Amino acid sequence: MNVDPETKPDEAIRVIDLHKSFGSLEVLKGVSLTAHQGDVVAIIGGSGSGKSTFLRCINFLETPSSGEIVVNGETIAMRPDGLPKDRRQLERIRTRLAMVFQAFNLWTHRTLLENVIEVPVHVLKVPRDQAIKRAHQLLERVGLGDKADTFPSFLSGGQQQRAAIARALAVDPSVMLFDEPTSALDPELVGEVLTVIRGLAAEGRTMLIVTHEMKFAREVATHVVYLFEGKIEEQGPPDELFDNPKSARLKQFLKSVG
Amino acid sequence: MMNWRALMQPHRIVLMALFAAFVIWCALSLRWDWIPTYAPLALEGLWRTIWLLVVTTVLGFLLAIPLGLAQAIGPWYLSVPARVFCTIIRGTPILLQIWLLYYGLGSLFPQVPWIRGSELWPYLRQAWPYAVLALTLSYAGYEGEIMRGAFASVKKGQLEAAQSFGMPRFTMFRRIWLPQAIRSVLPTLGGETILQLKATPLVATITVVEIYAVSSRVRADTFVVYEPLLLLALIYLIIAGLISLLFRHIELQVPAR
Repeated sequence: MNVDPETKPDEAIRVIDLHKSFGSLEVLKGVSLTAHQGDVVAIIGGSGSGKSTFLRCINFLETPSSGEIVVNGETIAMRPDGLPKDRRQLERIRTRLAMVFQAFNLWTHRTLLENVIEVPVHVLKVPRDQAIKRAHQLLERVGLGDKADTFPSFLSGGQQQRAAIARALAVDPSVMLFDEPTSALDPELVGEVLTVIRGLAAEGRTMLIVTHEMKFAREVATHVVYLFEGKIEEQGPPDELFDNPKSARLKQFLKSVG
Repeated sequence: MMNWRALMQPHRIVLMALFAAFVIWCALSLRWDWIPTYAPLALEGLWRTIWLLVVTTVLGFLLAIPLGLAQAIGPWYLSVPARVFCTIIRGTPILLQIWLLYYGLGSLFPQVPWIRGSELWPYLRQAWPYAVLALTLSYAGYEGEIMRGAFASVKKGQLEAAQSFGMPRFTMFRRIWLPQAIRSVLPTLGGETILQLKATPLVATITVVEIYAVSSRVRADTFVVYEPLLLLALIYLIIAGLISLLFRHIELQVPAR
């Protein structure tokens, strides 16, 4: 592992000048961001601002057009066209970046327990009995201890999302990526998921959260980034950003989301 | 579960009585004296039918996976041949396929010295390898088309979740994509397997003695026409029933979504 000499020891993730175009449409126009261990970065912005694309570029679910992504001091090797140069390296780095999706994306043909042990057993090669023991603890922790043998489709959205968080925790990630984790949920189910994420923030997990929940962002985030048309329009500590927005666009945005 | 009350409807009682009368009439007034003579041969034939069905569906399905995958995501030089193969198989009668392989390949091979000299020759002289090959290719052709749709129907998010956790591509295929694709077409596969069962008697035309060929033999030897055919129908019905029970059992293990 080639550690970049500029990397500070507690740096978890650094994104440098990230660009992404879909055809002629430029969605990200040079976004840079650094998160240190224990940081909770909330990424907010209107629809089409590029916030989800930004998050998906970090683990290469979308291929960036240009830029650099450094995870724990290790740069993801890119070809000039933005595709990953070394699939093995990307796969290895991805195991440290657990993602929680808007649509949960739990594997429908496996029970919750099987979902949680899948990556530890089949990617990280953790002994099965050890993975099962840990999975039970994690499911217990997100309040699904009694649902280990249930298939995802029999659960509510909130339960599925909590299980997805347990699945992400099972790989013991350096950074957790949340892509609008509550946007697909009925209003009464949002709270239970936010409670779990709040607990993770309190124990010092490093997280990047794309969210529409402003109150939640203000409460858990250590740093808030406001994206507008593919660029960082304004960023700062949550209190400053929400109480004292400087840019007119952010003011307008905060007013529109109430 | 059906309860007794539901069975005790007048129209159902009438139908059941008619059926019972038919069975009794069959047993009493038809000729069944040939059964003891032909029972050993019939068992052999039945075994051959089941063996053909199992081997050709398993091999055919294994072949259908790459055929479906090639059509779903393959480059043109894989997807075009796969599509052509499936189209030809689906567009021609299976009887024709069996005959083309048996009379075509079967008469070509003896002219090639190294094949005649090879250790496989004792098998290639017989009819059953051509029957297995034809039925396997036929099943592969139909299922290849079905698997194409099955692979395409797996939701993108399911695969993205695997990718996002750094799952290597082959692991993702084996653990997520393939099982979900198979799950989504299980009901279709059950039906296709029953169709495959009903295609097996065609190999009797190239001298493979399976259960249908045995019934023909009984007719030719004894001039008893209907009884062997009735028994044959019953046997196919039972096997078809067992296949659909088996698939229903597998379907119940995992929910469709």
